[in-house]
Amino acid sequence: MSRNSVASMRWRSEMIDDMILSLSGDQDDVHVLAVDDSLVDRKVIERLLKISSCKVTAVDSGIRALEFLGLDGEKRTSGDGLDSLKVDLIITDYCMPEMTGYELLKKIKQSSTFREIPVVIMSSENIMARIDRCLEEGAEDFIVKPVKLSDVKRIRDYMATRDIRARKDEEGSNFNKREVTP
Amino acid sequence: MERNHFHRQLALTRQSLFDQGFLDEQFIQLEELQDDANPNFVEEVVTLYYRDSARLIHNIEQELEKSNLDFNKLDSYMHQFKGSSSSIGAKKVKAECSLFREYCRTGNGEGCMRSFQQLKKEYSTLKKKLEAYFQVEQVGQVHPPHSKLKSFVV
Repeated sequence: MSRNSVASMRWRSEMIDDMILSLSGDQDDVHVLAVDDSLVDRKVIERLLKISSCKVTAVDSGIRALEFLGLDGEKRTSGDGLDSLKVDLIITDYCMPEMTGYELLKKIKQSSTFREIPVVIMSSENIMARIDRCLEEGAEDFIVKPVKLSDVKRIRDYMATRDIRARKDEEGSNFNKREVTP
Repeated sequence: MERNHFHRQLALTRQSLFDQGFLDEQFIQLEELQDDANPNFVEEVVTLYYRDSARLIHNIEQELEKSNLDFNKLDSYMHQFKGSSSSIGAKKVKAECSLFREYCRTGNGEGCMRSFQQLKKEYSTLKKKLEAYFQVEQVGQVHPPHSKLKSFVV
């Protein structure tokens, strides 16, 4: 996706190297919630993520994903158990029965607790309108299936630079205030 | 000498699966996910695929026996089937899935049935070829070639 290759181009090698050095202890800590109704695809995405140093929880539906996040409205006696399973990224298939990936995306973005979690949509269909709609709704990225290692690497790099980017943006906005020409 | 010959043959067999259009680059993606800790990943995924898609084939067969074909339902099944076929790099099977979906789109029942017969043929041909390939590959894993670096993702 050109949108994301621009983003990853901005954070060139030195930046990424610096960040990887500083985060070297945390490389394994990205916990991804993968949502896909296909057994085969779940197995593949799980492996792709694990080989990219991510922890993975794979579920087979949007409803189960919401349950896992504790967004299903079910009362829990001590929800604290789930806090230790903090999710850093959600990657979901688009076409699923009962709840589509798009609907799941909307529910997550509507939640004050979880709206900051980046959501990536996967779809076998490369439909511009669908991609636009997902990005507009706040999806971080859109991957056309079948998912490749390079797709996961791109996401992994994004996650790794996310904190740095947030810090840079803070500094950058101060910088721009000085530079701005009408 | 024999050992290297064996591995050359194995490599040629593998290459022919690509040359003859049975597999595409997604299969190579799966191979890249294999390592010493997961030496049979590809075979596991393929086995899962055949087990899982048997259910879809059965469902499609049942639907096609009905007098009034529900093309939406058929298309939905085929969408799933195409998806997992694509995920393992099953090129010819995937192409037949697309054709079937085209017939669904135009409400062509005859076309669906013809295409499905062809699909089942491709599906079982690939199964036999992959089963044979994995069997031979297993032998190769037990007796690796001399001084050949097996590439794997660390």
